[in-house]
Amino acid sequence: MANFTPISAAIGGALIGLSAVLLMRLNGRIAGITGIFAGLIEPQSTEWAWRATFIVGLVAAPLSAALIGYTVPVPQMPPSLAIITAAGLLVGFGTRLSNGCTSGHGICGSARLSPRSITATGIFMVAAMIVVALTRHVVGG
Amino acid sequence: MRALASLFCGFMFGWGLFISGMIRPDKVLGFLDVLAIPSGNWDPSLAVVMAAALAVTGVGYALARRRTPLFESQNQWPTQTAIDRPLIAGSVLFGVGWGLVGLCPGPALENLATLSPGVIIFVIAMAVGMIAFHLWEVRSAAPAGRLWRPRPRPPRTAKARI
Repeated sequence: MANFTPISAAIGGALIGLSAVLLMRLNGRIAGITGIFAGLIEPQSTEWAWRATFIVGLVAAPLSAALIGYTVPVPQMPPSLAIITAAGLLVGFGTRLSNGCTSGHGICGSARLSPRSITATGIFMVAAMIVVALTRHVVGG
Repeated sequence: MRALASLFCGFMFGWGLFISGMIRPDKVLGFLDVLAIPSGNWDPSLAVVMAAALAVTGVGYALARRRTPLFESQNQWPTQTAIDRPLIAGSVLFGVGWGLVGLCPGPALENLATLSPGVIIFVIAMAVGMIAFHLWEVRSAAPAGRLWRPRPRPPRTAKARI
């Protein structure tokens, strides 16, 4: 487990949790990225301002990290545009159909011990693991 | 104030994803690759991120339940509890997309900061997927006998606010 980074993972995870708790204590809202982003781009959206500033803050974080000297890694994306596009479509449609993603169901919902969210989290984790097993060990070799 | 509070929360969330390494699709895929466990190349970091986030959120939400938020009249807790077909199907679709690239919505949006063309394409496709769902939801509303219904939207009245 040469890549395991438990300390930074714990600190980062705690920050994510703290952010979710703060958003509830300040604005009374769930920190689900899918819901926040979808509320921005879908017609009939409401509460535009706080959704937009949340995303701005999210994007500003790595920029500020770069400013103070951290290296922000260039994300490793698959070379195939078709796969990137298909994955994006699946993530967008799927998270709306199930009403949440890793943040909404995985953290906020599971932290409330919602059976609905815990079920969703288990399903998308297993589905993703199966896909990675297939692409890395069966197809990709 | 609400917008400012949310800016701060988004910023903190982004730092959490950055520090934990979950902004990196390769690190996320390193966790999802469970077949790498026997060879010792598996990266359990994401599980630690989830555990820490869940611990903080669990305690924080429990305390928040009894209070009203600072800049709002009340907390908006999710009300849906059904474990139904849309939940299951949506989670499968999302999981497949997540496993293909290693990006879920948070890190995808955050990675726009890197101006990576691949990420920009991914986010555009994600937005298209969300809008496609929205259009499909609007079209398929109304008929009875469906297994699920879209969330009711508040009625819009012309003179709601004075």
